[in-house]
Amino acid sequence: MYVAVKGGEKAIKNAHTLFAAKRRGNENVPGLRLDQITEQLSFAVDRVMGEGSLYDPELAAMAIRQAQGDLIEAIFLIRAYRTTLPRFGYAEPIETGKMAIERRISATFKDLPGGQVLGPTFDYSHRLINFDFDAEAAPETPPSSDEDIDLNAEVPRVSDILGKSGMIEPDHQFDEGHETGDLTRTPIDFPTDRDVRLQNLARGDEGFLLALGYSTQRGYARSHPFAGEIRFGEVEVEFFAEELGFAVPIGTMEVTECQMINQFKGSAKAPPAFTRGYGLVFGQAERKAMSMALVDRSLRWKELGEEFSAPAQDQEFVLSHSDNIQATGFVEHLKLPHYVDFQAELDLIRTMRKEFDAQQNENGDEPKMEAAQ
Amino acid sequence: MTAPSSPDNKAENAEVITRQRVMRVLAQAPDQQLEYLYEKFADKPDWTFARKPETGLVMTRGRIGGGGAPFNLGEITVTRAAIQLESGEVGHAYCQGRNQRKAAIAAFFDAAWLSEAHKQSVEANIIAPLEQEQLTAKKDKLKKAAATKVDFFTMVRGDG
Repeated sequence: MYVAVKGGEKAIKNAHTLFAAKRRGNENVPGLRLDQITEQLSFAVDRVMGEGSLYDPELAAMAIRQAQGDLIEAIFLIRAYRTTLPRFGYAEPIETGKMAIERRISATFKDLPGGQVLGPTFDYSHRLINFDFDAEAAPETPPSSDEDIDLNAEVPRVSDILGKSGMIEPDHQFDEGHETGDLTRTPIDFPTDRDVRLQNLARGDEGFLLALGYSTQRGYARSHPFAGEIRFGEVEVEFFAEELGFAVPIGTMEVTECQMINQFKGSAKAPPAFTRGYGLVFGQAERKAMSMALVDRSLRWKELGEEFSAPAQDQEFVLSHSDNIQATGFVEHLKLPHYVDFQAELDLIRTMRKEFDAQQNENGDEPKMEAAQ
Repeated sequence: MTAPSSPDNKAENAEVITRQRVMRVLAQAPDQQLEYLYEKFADKPDWTFARKPETGLVMTRGRIGGGGAPFNLGEITVTRAAIQLESGEVGHAYCQGRNQRKAAIAAFFDAAWLSEAHKQSVEANIIAPLEQEQLTAKKDKLKKAAATKVDFFTMVRGDG
């Protein structure tokens, strides 16, 4: 508990002014433009959109600039901004099968239909700092394939390919009448369904999910994962407008999808089949999509009849601590004045020490004086 | 997906698909280009707002596993507007982003496309060229991605 403290207005104002000057830094250096951030720091923009849970690259860039590159602070700004806008409604679910694919890889099938498209990626690079990097230089023009491009082509997901033979569990469906949960409208009630879990993970902190996903690989809720498929590209977003009576294509967004394939589940009635974890994130965010898929899978332990043994399986633990804005709010609130609280603790500890000293005196020990009374 | 799916109403479906195409092209057009096209558009009919531009959020959805039950993925900013021409046609716009001027112009072109007097001009000077640009840009991106397609080969290690 903390109490409001008065005073310090001038100090706060001056601190803000000082901070604004720090944000700008050396004025001989050109100020950052938003398009420099959206064009050249796209991974930061994607992370802020994903964990801010709001797709708007320019807005994310504004937040990153204002937050001086502190991405959690930028996410905080985005989350605060979204509360100022009305909600028009829910979009139609995106069709990742119709994605305009920029990158698509599979670690399980080398010859998957539609091919492996490496696309733009850090993978296969040496991770050496380029000391000769020239930020102004025009890059080499990327080569274009001369193959015919069918803009309406659908690229089947690996899970669909395996699904045809029944070797992998089908896409998850709920019983008739299930209403899609929305944690921005109704607080999570534990235990919760997979739709709400995925919504929570999609906006969850990348570092937290990465650590949990990693823990499952190291044996805490072992689930033997393979990256069945990771794809990144553009999908269309459609919104059903009541006044028009049809779904309006409102634009496009980039997403990363991860299909994790995990070890088997079978029963007396059904033959063994691969199980799955699913990840879907705004922008190009493969590490996050993979982590999400690993954690989605580990949270399904009960449904799949597995043993409960690890933190990554505990939905209350995972879902209650994945949100970095809630987390930073509670951790950082410790910086607020707790003077009255602490005064009470001080009084308590003085009383306890007095009792301790009295006890010692009774036993005939030397009395110990408190240093700073 | 989208169109009302009563099987006995193919004509209405076709109409919806045509309108979706127009609204898609306008929504995906770059802000400044749409502004330029509006300034250049000859003999603009008078219009009033049927619904003033408003920025809000739409919750996007994915499907569990890619094709299963829907779940909420995260929101997207959207600006909508509706414009009525003096001849009575009402055009609508729902455009990703926060640009209210863009949504108003998109609604104007949608309305003009609905009117007999302007349909041809809007189709020829606005929609068709914008659509062509968008398709070319998309194709160009996909061709560059396709140039990174790989044929992996695996090698047997050791003596087997």
